[in-house]
Amino acid sequence: MVALKVRPLRLCTAATLAGLLVVLAVTTSTQPAQPTPLTLLARDGRRTLPITLVADQEFVALDELASTFQLAVREESLGAITVSFKGRTVILTPEQSLASVAGRLISLPAPPSRIAGRWFVPVEFIGRAVAPIYDVPIDFRKPSHLLVIGDLRVPRVVLRYDPIGASARLTVDATPRATSTVSQENDTLTIRFDADALDAPSPPLAAQGSTSLVQSVRLADPTTLVVQLGSRFAGFKASSEPVDTTMRLVIDLSSTQTEAAPPTAPAPAAPDLPPALAPPPSSIRTVAIDPGHGGDDEGVHGANGTKEKDIVLAVARRAKAAIEGRLGVRVLLTRDDDRNVPMDERTAIANNSKADLFVSLHANASLRRTTAGAAIFVAAFDAEAVQTAGSGGGRVPTFGGGSRDIELVFWDLAQTQHLAQSSAFANILDQQLHTRVPLVAQPVDRAPLRVLESANMPAVLVELGYLSNADQEKLLASDAFQNAIVAGLTDAVIRFRDTLSAGGTQ
Amino acid sequence: MTQRILAIAALVVVGAALTWGLFVVLPTRGAQPAGNAAAAPAPTAPPASGRKIKARLYYVAEDGIHLMHVERDVAYGEGPLEQAREIVSAQVAPVSEPLVSAIPAGTTVRALFLTEGGDAYVDLSREVVSGHTGGTADELLTVYTIVNALTENLPAVKGVQLLVDGKEVDTLAGHVDLRNPLAKNLAWVQ
Repeated sequence: MVALKVRPLRLCTAATLAGLLVVLAVTTSTQPAQPTPLTLLARDGRRTLPITLVADQEFVALDELASTFQLAVREESLGAITVSFKGRTVILTPEQSLASVAGRLISLPAPPSRIAGRWFVPVEFIGRAVAPIYDVPIDFRKPSHLLVIGDLRVPRVVLRYDPIGASARLTVDATPRATSTVSQENDTLTIRFDADALDAPSPPLAAQGSTSLVQSVRLADPTTLVVQLGSRFAGFKASSEPVDTTMRLVIDLSSTQTEAAPPTAPAPAAPDLPPALAPPPSSIRTVAIDPGHGGDDEGVHGANGTKEKDIVLAVARRAKAAIEGRLGVRVLLTRDDDRNVPMDERTAIANNSKADLFVSLHANASLRRTTAGAAIFVAAFDAEAVQTAGSGGGRVPTFGGGSRDIELVFWDLAQTQHLAQSSAFANILDQQLHTRVPLVAQPVDRAPLRVLESANMPAVLVELGYLSNADQEKLLASDAFQNAIVAGLTDAVIRFRDTLSAGGTQ
Repeated sequence: MTQRILAIAALVVVGAALTWGLFVVLPTRGAQPAGNAAAAPAPTAPPASGRKIKARLYYVAEDGIHLMHVERDVAYGEGPLEQAREIVSAQVAPVSEPLVSAIPAGTTVRALFLTEGGDAYVDLSREVVSGHTGGTADELLTVYTIVNALTENLPAVKGVQLLVDGKEVDTLAGHVDLRNPLAKNLAWVQ
């Protein structure tokens, strides 16, 4: 059991800690304001490790690291500093930003620095030099100033609050996955996580306006978030599901106010929010992006070795970041690594997550080497199939001896119900891509494409270009092209959302 | 005791019959799809005379994303089934420049069946998958080369389903749905 091997942190007594702080305050009095200290989390508790800024670079005192991790620090005669743990050694050299860690060279953002007789090292030293020689995992999370020592479950928790008309949605992502329970106590919701601690920003959510359904969120104890509710709060519904390595908790909050009320006073834009976090759409909440192929199914190969499966995954990841960032909607990837996902599972992921849009990404090939350009496909069905799906029901005998009408859903024909919207989105995407990337002569087409047929939402398949064309192969692999495709796709999703909220696409 | 010996003997006889059925009879029947195939199991017979018909065969157009048709002489076949076999054989045969075939090199026709309802089942050899470029455009052209060659030349054929190596397949290269017969689609023809 790894956790048992964690030696107790040598927690300083209050007196020595106070003394230490005084010393630090004195030694660093010439430095800018004290930055946020590192928080150390271990089985037996938490403590902080002060940070000192030197030329905008975060440093920690080597002697403090030594006492925390029971490292032996020695200054050698030739000026080198050795840091050892159980026979494994790090060698530091003053004025050198390279260090030898158990014989392997690593780089640091700055050389060690001597301040008032004490050696300081950049905080990266912990992850890059101490972790490799230590016998317990050390997980250094620089953005949150967190140092997780040993086998602790400390998920990163990210909250997002989206007002939707009079109601609202609070999304809480925990990565790696951690389950949670939600309970209401008077005017608060308590979210308890099954974890050892939470890696959450402080405060976990920026304070909201006074009329907001959620006023604020605070960390009540290491594993509990408390949501302060507004006076309009009427009830909530919580559900969670895994998304890649994240466990996503979605809390839908309802309001005592009816949907018709909000237009009386346009909500003032929070001045501290960037425009990217504008109020979310009313009609598109989840977008599913499907990078085609993967794993042993490599898709098309370019003459220079470019593989379709890699290009589409790269574009899908960029698209996820861009769409989530600009629209604040959730973007699911049917795969986020190099593996083959069965065709039915791809649409099942989108259908089960109730995605509002499905975009499958592919790269094309033609036997004519000069063929070039992106294309957008909408599903096509035989007239007979559409008729079958359109009839939508049948009469079945009942136990009582009569019959009753039922709604029949042919899963393979789910897309037939969304063809008009799929075409509408395809046309919008065509417009958005036109000025950005090369397209084939008639970019929007219909074809009986397997992956689109069971999608129970507007769905398109985008062919980014032709890997069978040498120029296109180079182009598709470039940052500029991938960013251009993603920009077009993002703008298309925004416009499509606008047409939906404007009342239709017909 | 006698009863037991009889029972064992009966089992042995049944087992032998099954084995014979599995290994001797079935393979000669070829890969016939389930259903009401009205096909004669005989392989394609050479035409009795040098009689020819004119048929439209399909090849990759200059733009690489459409088909174009070419009128060619195809051996005459007695009845729709035999004629269908002649047309598909001619369609998958290798061609030389400037024609480019959307059927991967080495692909052969293993069998062809026609149902009473007018669906043709065309069983192609595995090269149609292993030799494929994998692009959606090429896949559409491969599929509609066969679908259109049959439906355009033979009014009796309403739909075409491709099989590979005797089996039904989802797709050839991951895109075009082959789980059901496909109807003629001239939108892919220039």
